[in-house]
Parts: sequence; structure tokens; C-alpha cells
Amino acid sequence: MFPADPPAFDPQRFLRYGVGGHGRLLGLTYHAHGPDWVELHLPYRAELIGDLDSGVLASGPILTMMDMATSMAVWTRIGRFRPHATLDLRIDYLRPATPGKAVFGRGECYRITRSISFVRGQAHDGDPADPLAHVAGTFMFTDAPVEPSVGAGA
Amino acid sequence: MKLPPYADLLGIAPVGGNDPTLLTMPSAYTLLGRPGYLHGGAIGGLLEMAAIIALRHALAADGGGQIKPINVTVDFMRGGREKSTFARGTVTRLGGRVANVEAIAWQDDAAKPIAAARMNYLIVRG
Repeated sequence: MFPADPPAFDPQRFLRYGVGGHGRLLGLTYHAHGPDWVELHLPYRAELIGDLDSGVLASGPILTMMDMATSMAVWTRIGRFRPHATLDLRIDYLRPATPGKAVFGRGECYRITRSISFVRGQAHDGDPADPLAHVAGTFMFTDAPVEPSVGAGA
Repeated sequence: MKLPPYADLLGIAPVGGNDPTLLTMPSAYTLLGRPGYLHGGAIGGLLEMAAIIALRHALAADGGGQIKPINVTVDFMRGGREKSTFARGTVTRLGGRVANVEAIAWQDDAAKPIAAARMNYLIVRG
């Protein structure tokens, strides 16, 4: 028998055995979550530097972390997993990451329509009030469209 | 021209030949997101390296200087499969203080990109 009401998507449970592939290479782990946001943890490594002159982290690790965090924020907000694809993701580099400090990435889903979800987030290295990057992006659901539980349009 | 540490982590290297701005990233399990597909972050990382290499070459031929990334926007067009990916950056405008750079990534056919990026860089002239 399947339960009539399956448990809602839980990002902490989803990541309890860690991640594989590229997320494992970077060492991404769960940190915290709320009703419409998920925060992940990226340990500092010198290998993640993208520009030796400035010491700024490459966009790849931040993209990877924020893609995962915002993706899971969508599932957390709707309460279940739905396959989707990243349409676009933008990063504004606000300041260089402090060498040696772990980076936290908080992704938030602030709007969901029938086929598109809108996300934003920030990365910081200890103080959320002093972020090092801001991100904004969109995902498109790749399964059959359903009536949205929140929002309208599109 | 030396690639940043993150490029080594991803296995990114110049293809060689007479175009120093053409990069490749071989397929690896450590680059995957969902099963069978490259992680968007790894593709974005490759695009950024292509942009940086193209800008460094353009800057070297124009008096030199340091670069600081301001922002990057990545459009994902097709899923990246488990095969080699190529990328090339193009400097759209190199100004005194700001550079606009584009980069495009593909696998089998350069006319069918899997992703593209636009980036703005601050230029600090020596």
C-alpha cells in the first residue's frame, strides 16, 4: 500500500547521503532550509579559484551551488519533486570571497507558474548581511503541465 | 597562458593548434548533475574559463592589465551529454575600464550550442 498522502519534499532528507557527480567533487552539503528556501555549504578550496590575480572564486562552483540550492527551493516550495531544467542563471559578483572561508548559498523560489519557476539567492561566507554574490534565474518544468498550487500566469 | 586552478579541477585545457582561445573539457563522472547529463555549473565554469582566456589574449595585445569579474549570465539551451565539450570566448568590446565578453559551448556541432554566457569585466590598466 502506498500512503494516501506521501511526505512532502524534504531537502535535508534528500541530501542525507550527500550528492554525487559534480556536487560531490565540490563537497556540497545541506546546511538549512525554510518553506521556500534551501541553504547549502561549499567548503573553501584553493582549487576553486577562477582568477589568480583577484583570488575570486570561479563562477562554476557558485553556479553549481546556487543551481542546486534554487532547484531544491522550488521542490521545497511545491512540496514535491518535479523534473525541471535551468533556463538561465545570472551571478553578480559583489565582492571577492575571503580566502579560507567556507561559502554558503541560499536559494529562494519566489514565484511559480504552470511551466516556469523564478528563483533568486545570495552567497555569503559567514555574514548573510555581507553577501559575496547575488544570483537570479529561471527553471522550466519538463514534465506534463499541472495547475500551479501558487501563483498564476504563464 | 596559464589557466586558473578551477580549470585544472575540471580538466579544462586548450585544444591546441592555431586558436589559443578554443578550450575543451573531457567527459567525467565528477562533472555530472542528473544522471547522464553535465551539471550546469560545470558548463558555466567552462564558459567562464573561455571568456577569461579570450579576454586575457585581447588585453595582452592591448597594453595589458588586470581583470575583475562583475557578472555572468548563462543561458542553458540543450542538455550536455557525457562527451567532450568545447568552448570559445569572444571579446565583444574591450574598453578602457570595462570589457564585454561572450562565450559559447557545444559538443558535436558548433552551430548547436548547449549553453552560452555573457560577462562583464572591470579592467584595471597597469
